[in-house]
Amino acid sequence: MELVEAIILSVLAASTPLLIAATGELVTERSGVLNLGVEGMMIVGAACGFGGAWLTGSILIGALFGIIAGMLMSLIFALMALGLAVNQVATGLALTILGVGLSGLIGAGFVGERITPAIHLHIPGLTDIPLLGRVLFGEDAFVYFSIALIIGVWWFLYRTRAGLILRACGDNHVSAHALGYPVLRIRTLAVMFGGACAGLAGAYLPLAYTPFFIPGMTAGRGWIALALVVFASWRPGRLVVGAYLFGAVTILQLHAQGWGVGIPSQFMSALPYLATVIVLVLLSRARTGGSTAPAALGTVFVPDR
Amino acid sequence: MQAYQRMLDPTPNGLHSGESPLLRTVGLTKRYGDFLANDSIDVDIWPKEIHALLGENGAGKSTLVKAIYGLIQPSAGEIRWQGDQIVLSGPSEARSRGIGMVFQHFSLFDNLTVAENVALGLDGKESFKDMSARLEQVSKIYGLPLDPRREVWQLSVGERQRIEIVRALMQDPKFLILDEPTAVLTPQEADQLFIVLERLKAEGRAILYISHKLEEVKRLCDTATILRGGKKIQTCNPRLETAASLARMMVGGEIREVKAAAGRQTTIPRLVVNDLSLAPDEAHGVRLEHISFELKGGEILGIAGVAGNGQDELFAALSGERLAKDPGTVVIDGIAAGHFSITKRRKLGAAFVPEERLGHGTAPRMKLSENALLTGHAASGMVHRGFIDTAATLKTVDQATETFDVRKAKRDPEAASLSGGNLQKFIVGREILRNPAVLVVSQPTWGVDAGAAAVIRQALLDLAAAGAAVLVTSQDLDELAEIADRIAVMFHGRLSEPLATRDATREKLGLLMGGSSLEPKEAAHAVGA
Repeated sequence: MELVEAIILSVLAASTPLLIAATGELVTERSGVLNLGVEGMMIVGAACGFGGAWLTGSILIGALFGIIAGMLMSLIFALMALGLAVNQVATGLALTILGVGLSGLIGAGFVGERITPAIHLHIPGLTDIPLLGRVLFGEDAFVYFSIALIIGVWWFLYRTRAGLILRACGDNHVSAHALGYPVLRIRTLAVMFGGACAGLAGAYLPLAYTPFFIPGMTAGRGWIALALVVFASWRPGRLVVGAYLFGAVTILQLHAQGWGVGIPSQFMSALPYLATVIVLVLLSRARTGGSTAPAALGTVFVPDR
Repeated sequence: MQAYQRMLDPTPNGLHSGESPLLRTVGLTKRYGDFLANDSIDVDIWPKEIHALLGENGAGKSTLVKAIYGLIQPSAGEIRWQGDQIVLSGPSEARSRGIGMVFQHFSLFDNLTVAENVALGLDGKESFKDMSARLEQVSKIYGLPLDPRREVWQLSVGERQRIEIVRALMQDPKFLILDEPTAVLTPQEADQLFIVLERLKAEGRAILYISHKLEEVKRLCDTATILRGGKKIQTCNPRLETAASLARMMVGGEIREVKAAAGRQTTIPRLVVNDLSLAPDEAHGVRLEHISFELKGGEILGIAGVAGNGQDELFAALSGERLAKDPGTVVIDGIAAGHFSITKRRKLGAAFVPEERLGHGTAPRMKLSENALLTGHAASGMVHRGFIDTAATLKTVDQATETFDVRKAKRDPEAASLSGGNLQKFIVGREILRNPAVLVVSQPTWGVDAGAAAVIRQALLDLAAAGAAVLVTSQDLDELAEIADRIAVMFHGRLSEPLATRDATREKLGLLMGGSSLEPKEAAHAVGA
């Protein structure tokens, strides 16, 4: 019983940064921009987030630092890929390389320092319910926020006019421009939202997951978030499934290795990727038709004026 | 003297006495670098008027309407709306003033629903639900039925245009711009559109109508303004002009007449298709069903039909981009080739010109000589022991340039740098110079101006006269009537029996293009006789 609860808790903790980063990237890609710099924005968010919390002693300020850092990184991307119409793939990869180096520089002073991690919710009575109490009512604020975020993004994309315009930009930027929508401004905002989410996802790691900063601590989570968006066929609902599934298999295979299951550890480590790919491919097979990817994804747009 | 008066008074019947123009451009000029796309153009648009805007490609029609719709800012000159000078910040301001536009290349979003597409063209002041209800109402009033919940990719071209028109009408525009609205419609669909336009005119709206089809303009429009090379040539009453006189004003000279060689002989069958069926290879593709025809040397077979009825799929099956399971379904010069690759088919003497010039017909960023090599490497002696004979590829470019009057800035430029018409002349020329036994060509003159179109059509006729079998797919019925010996129609992946061109009236073709069969009518005819 105790073990099951512990496993569920660690699954949520492992999945949350993936969900936050992937949600941001989903919005970016839905506007038609492919930002491959998620890993770079995350790692800078992690360094700045930890720095903010360490200097002020406030987790909230640390999270804000992470958000702002991710947003500033994404502005570099927006300037290059949208303002100057540089190839988006190259710009995104460069942003990751820049981010990895920059975070090492920023974080150099903090390595080895510790902070008090984000506190978990405690509602007397509710949190003490066996098995589900701590899972539902004993999480840190990031977990609740990530769930609110993805619901909010779903509502925004499918229930608001602004969301419709954003999806329209991703489907056909020439038409959107012809109808008079400011394609580049909308995309810049979407890229900034993606950057803010990536920064927050990065900051989650030293603020809640492990209470210290080490260089390269995102360990490829940005790339996984990118892949999740694709495998979730750019749909928020499937993104939740994918993120939690990936987190769950990651944790389970760790426990399985601990129990001494006779499967090579390399295969076990690959299992989360395999499971996520298979499930999301099966999900996307059931689609009714139409294109899954935003049709204008990754294409350069220069308005004629 | 008469012409002079027409210039002074565009509407000789004095319809507008006492009124002022709804929209007026005064010296409107748009400059792109050194290039003058519009050179001080004055146009008056009156209420209750269908005003045609005529001109060849590159004459400046699109630039002018984009400026009127606020998509681009004019470099000089002004736009007056109901007498007042206006500067449009963008299309939404144009829309809010009562200017609507239906684009030639539809400004629709394939993966959004009809209602969402319409919502994007409105200002969003009403709720989505109210808007959907109003959409159904407007589409019913004007006889333009639409299902708001369907996604655009599921719809036919005619239905897509309906979305554009309904979207424009929902803003209750005083002035509506239509950019080549009938280019993609069957004759019957076009007739329905004309009824809608006449009705809009009767309601007091003004319409600016861009078209290449001069007969249509003569029938529908009250006034015509002709542009050439960015300048206004004349404003006239198209009903008092002939199609030939309008064409002269557009081109600035006589258009070379296309002539078939007298006494063309048909020889043995060179391209035979036997019961070809093929499943689509992509989500929105068309299934080819039991297609059969026989094409003799010296003969041109035209395939008509609304775009998206399987023409692309048929082209892919004939060219070898897609292989048939049964080799006997495609026979080239007596050899079963259904399972042959493109290169093998080329070696049998077949040549192919796809519809899309850039990306399919040529690699846009490669030079013309390299593009010549791409289709000619198998059968034209451009490669020796695996090495490219650069001189031979350049020679092909020079020959095509000379024979087909391809105009370009230098000897061997990138394909993308040529204008549409010149690139099309090069692509057709590249294949014809190989002296093919069978030529399959798709939309040979799509988006090509009248002069270049005449050159290309003549080349196809000459090729047939020399004994080749030519298959032409086109949406332009006039073009097929001009060059084809027989015309068949594609609808939903099926090909009709070919009709001899002299029997293929617009009505008959239109019925076939809409999916009706000709039999009931002919049966009735038989009863009558």
